[in-house]
Amino acid sequence: MAKRILMKGNEAIGEAALIAGCRFYFGYPITPQNELPAYMASRMPQVGGTFIQAESEVAAINMVFGASAAGARAMTSSSSPGISLKQEGISYLSGAKLPAVVVNMMRGGPGLGNIAGSQCDYFQAVKGGGHGDYRCIVLAPSGVQELADLTIRAFDLADRYRVVVILLGDGFLGQMSEPIVLPEPSGKSFDKGAWALTGAKGRAPHSIVSLRLNPEDALEKLNLELQETYREIEKAETLQEEWQTEDARFLLVGFGLSSRLCRAAVGQLRKDGIQAGLFRPITLWPFPADALRRAAAGKERVLTVEMNAGQMVEDVRLSLGDRIPVDFYGTLGGAVPAVETIVERIKSHVR
Amino acid sequence: MSAKVVYKRPDSLIDRPTHFCPGCGHGIVHKLLAGAIDELGIRENTILVAPVGCAVLAYNYLSVDVCEAAHGRPPAVATGIKRVHPDRIVIAYQGDGDLLAIGMGETIHAANRGEKITVFFINNAIYGMTGGQMAPTTLKDQKTKTSPYGRNPAEAGYPIRACELIDTLEAPVFIERCAVNNVKNILKTKRAIVKGLKNQADGRGYSFIEILSMCPTGWGVKPTEATGWIDQAMVPWFPLGNLRDREG
Repeated sequence: MAKRILMKGNEAIGEAALIAGCRFYFGYPITPQNELPAYMASRMPQVGGTFIQAESEVAAINMVFGASAAGARAMTSSSSPGISLKQEGISYLSGAKLPAVVVNMMRGGPGLGNIAGSQCDYFQAVKGGGHGDYRCIVLAPSGVQELADLTIRAFDLADRYRVVVILLGDGFLGQMSEPIVLPEPSGKSFDKGAWALTGAKGRAPHSIVSLRLNPEDALEKLNLELQETYREIEKAETLQEEWQTEDARFLLVGFGLSSRLCRAAVGQLRKDGIQAGLFRPITLWPFPADALRRAAAGKERVLTVEMNAGQMVEDVRLSLGDRIPVDFYGTLGGAVPAVETIVERIKSHVR
Repeated sequence: MSAKVVYKRPDSLIDRPTHFCPGCGHGIVHKLLAGAIDELGIRENTILVAPVGCAVLAYNYLSVDVCEAAHGRPPAVATGIKRVHPDRIVIAYQGDGDLLAIGMGETIHAANRGEKITVFFINNAIYGMTGGQMAPTTLKDQKTKTSPYGRNPAEAGYPIRACELIDTLEAPVFIERCAVNNVKNILKTKRAIVKGLKNQADGRGYSFIEILSMCPTGWGVKPTEATGWIDQAMVPWFPLGNLRDREG
């Protein structure tokens, strides 16, 4: 049996990235993700990799751009204000069809906000914080084991579809220590020979560009290709977890840390004789709309719980339409939802 | 009897009309760069990072692997590429807005880390692509679209001398300012370009070559006047010459 070790969330991401074959990490200090660059600074030299503390978030994401263009697996990480600075790079990566993994351990905003965990960047990650019609795959882990497992998956998804994958955690998850089993490498490999910049030896030169001025490589064509990729991802890559949903009258919907509080609330409600269940999207984009519709069918009410002012709840409502009432409970500025409040909100609908 | 070839288009320069304006210096620099790549035999080993600006279409003219970068970010992108492929020749080709305004941070820090890349800085004292706005290198009293009464140092500061700024850093191995406004200067520029690339091929470190270049369209002068304007207006503020050469 694989050995269980105690690891901090931020460090588990780093070790999993190394297991996934990432040898290029570029970052800039910001709380609450500082353990990750520190871990990479310590580990990269041991495995023959590169760690650079960049001069800014902007420089870091552009170093990722260069390393990815050169054909390597590369990543950066930050927290909310720093991720805002990376949006330019994320748009350019998307326009140039370059794979990359970006970790956002969200903290309270807007502005400098605070350093507590938050889920207030759902819109930015899922709807696109940069310019242009692009999408990032967004993975939402809810514990340290999943931070590690989804990091491996993030690199594979980025390479397979040549898109940016955002690992969307929060400050609490990053700081949390839990026992985990380090994941195995996926064993998947992706041929980048058709486009990577390696020097035009024995082949026509490659160019990686997002500027499209000429009719023959028109911007419309690029956009249609991107949209086709996004439809393919929507069909193939949704992930979710359902817990005690089958006989439930009430369905809680939460992602990441707030889903753990929902899980505790489901336990409490069931102890009190109220059948509740949990639906947890693991991919926020693509959003598991079909699975949610199936899970919510025949339920009395849905309660979405988030650590923000109501962001994912819009996708929950888009998925469910008028079929079923959808309520929302959110906490702001780094506050954490209370299990008792979730329980009370459900009980208020029990007749 | 066979004819001897004494002059030809460099192999690394693609045979295609450029989009550059009449009298623009970019075409000359492209040709010199292609010639230097041929001379060193590094075409199949070179990766060029193109800027946002008039040189963005470098991949249309140079027969090497090319990557676009966001405005100002070529040194960061080149850093990423060079760290993945330390044995390739990685070039950042940038203009004055790119290198000294929006990309000042990337410029200074890539130089300060001593990234083993070669940076070519085309200084034409103006934003060409966007239609002639004031650049960090626009001269005192120079009229542009955004300094219509002339650059006033009391409001807009003085033109920034990139070579001298980079010369304050410890890591760079080669810093030189050249010009492409006459045959003599073009030949000197050619030598500096070869040197800057050879430094990298020899694993020596960060090389920075600033090239004063004509933008008659942006300056609102005839191409024939533009070459003289470099001597009269630019060289007094941006003196030509080598600032550092740490060979061996």
